[in-house]
Amino acid sequence: MSAKNPGSAIGPARGMRRFDLSRYIHLKKDTAPERIVNGIYFENPVFMLALGMCPTLATTTSVTNAVGMGLSTTAILMMSNLFISLLRKIIPERMRMPSYIVVIASFVTIVDFLMQGFTPAMYESLGVYIPLIVVNCIIMGRAEAYAGKHSPLVSLADGFGMGIGFTAALIVVAAVRELLGNGTLAGVRVMPAAYEPISIFVLAPGAFLVLAVFVAIMNRLHIGAARRKDWDPTGKFVCGDCRSCPRVTGCSGKPETEAANHSHGGRG
Amino acid sequence: MSFSAIMMLVVTTILANNVVLSQFLGICSFLGVSQKTETASGMGGALTFVLTLASFVCGLLYHLVLVPFHLEYLKTIVFILIVAALVQFVEMFLKKYMHSLYEALGIYLPLITTNCAVLGVALLNVQKDYNIVVGTVYGLATALGYWVAIVILSFLREKMTDNDIPRPFKGFPIVMVTSALMSIAFFGFAGLK
Repeated sequence: MSAKNPGSAIGPARGMRRFDLSRYIHLKKDTAPERIVNGIYFENPVFMLALGMCPTLATTTSVTNAVGMGLSTTAILMMSNLFISLLRKIIPERMRMPSYIVVIASFVTIVDFLMQGFTPAMYESLGVYIPLIVVNCIIMGRAEAYAGKHSPLVSLADGFGMGIGFTAALIVVAAVRELLGNGTLAGVRVMPAAYEPISIFVLAPGAFLVLAVFVAIMNRLHIGAARRKDWDPTGKFVCGDCRSCPRVTGCSGKPETEAANHSHGGRG
Repeated sequence: MSFSAIMMLVVTTILANNVVLSQFLGICSFLGVSQKTETASGMGGALTFVLTLASFVCGLLYHLVLVPFHLEYLKTIVFILIVAALVQFVEMFLKKYMHSLYEALGIYLPLITTNCAVLGVALLNVQKDYNIVVGTVYGLATALGYWVAIVILSFLREKMTDNDIPRPFKGFPIVMVTSALMSIAFFGFAGLK
């Protein structure tokens, strides 16, 4: 790693063309379909933005858990986006963070009780991670970056796209972990009986390992956030203040002063 | 809970049930501020301070206000607001009265509101039915576990800076692989339970 520009070491591999979906898909900006495609691919919260790492690592022990976590987050994301967008002209500028927190926490509480009542088995296995959806960067990030500035219907679509993108990412990670660690997919045995499950993959270390390999593959193919030359996701968390940062989805990975200037400049 | 049971809880919380390496709480800051040992240690110290205080205040409010008035269902909303307000308050207090400590912890304090370990411990205390004293001790032990893990990771990352790492694994992936190996090592403590 050169000291001057550490990220530049990750260049495209020799003879490898960049994979860029934006060449094939052209949609009008800020429409519902564009928002959904954006959430699933271009700004996929897990793979492209590296947001919401805690639930990604903790709840991907099986595909069933991943679906449960992903769909409950999607529901909360859609509802909070819709309500924050409806209230965007009423909430005073300076009180917006506490207001967003209350809106999000209310929906999390509702989902918490619905899951406890209707899917008790899922509620048991996800445990404390359901109420912890409150501190999921993705939800606060969308409220700040999108729902607080756009009309309700588009914001709802944005929440749906982001939620489905999050769910898809969780399912992909969980499928690899469950297949290697347990020989099953969503509880159904798919590996031959002779396969000896590598149980480390469903335990804690497997989560780190699988995600590391996924990000390494993205670096190799030079897609996602790795398209940016100076991209280093570990650096992005230096400011870590994703919840109060209005530019969280366009985060350049250069925190501190620059991000602060943007948030002041953008809001006057 | 007897004294020996509490000590056992402290040891298992720090080592066997490490907050980052086996429960995945506080991953963002664990990966983000572990580049240098100095900053990692600062973050660990700041978190210990806030987490202990937050688990005490949340426990106090839960047992003295929410339970008597049968408002337990509001716990998620109340706890997140307490944590956010507490971090603000601690920041203001330190700025005014303990300026040297404020300078030392400075940039790490606002990071802590986003740390899911703080809210996680407050909720786990309720889920596990801990009283105020045990809950506070549990909060302290959790924070110490975080401190141990982040300092060890920062040692390893400082050692790694000059290593020849395969190109796609540079940056984020190699840190995750390191965390995976640390997590395997911490499994060795599972026999303590």
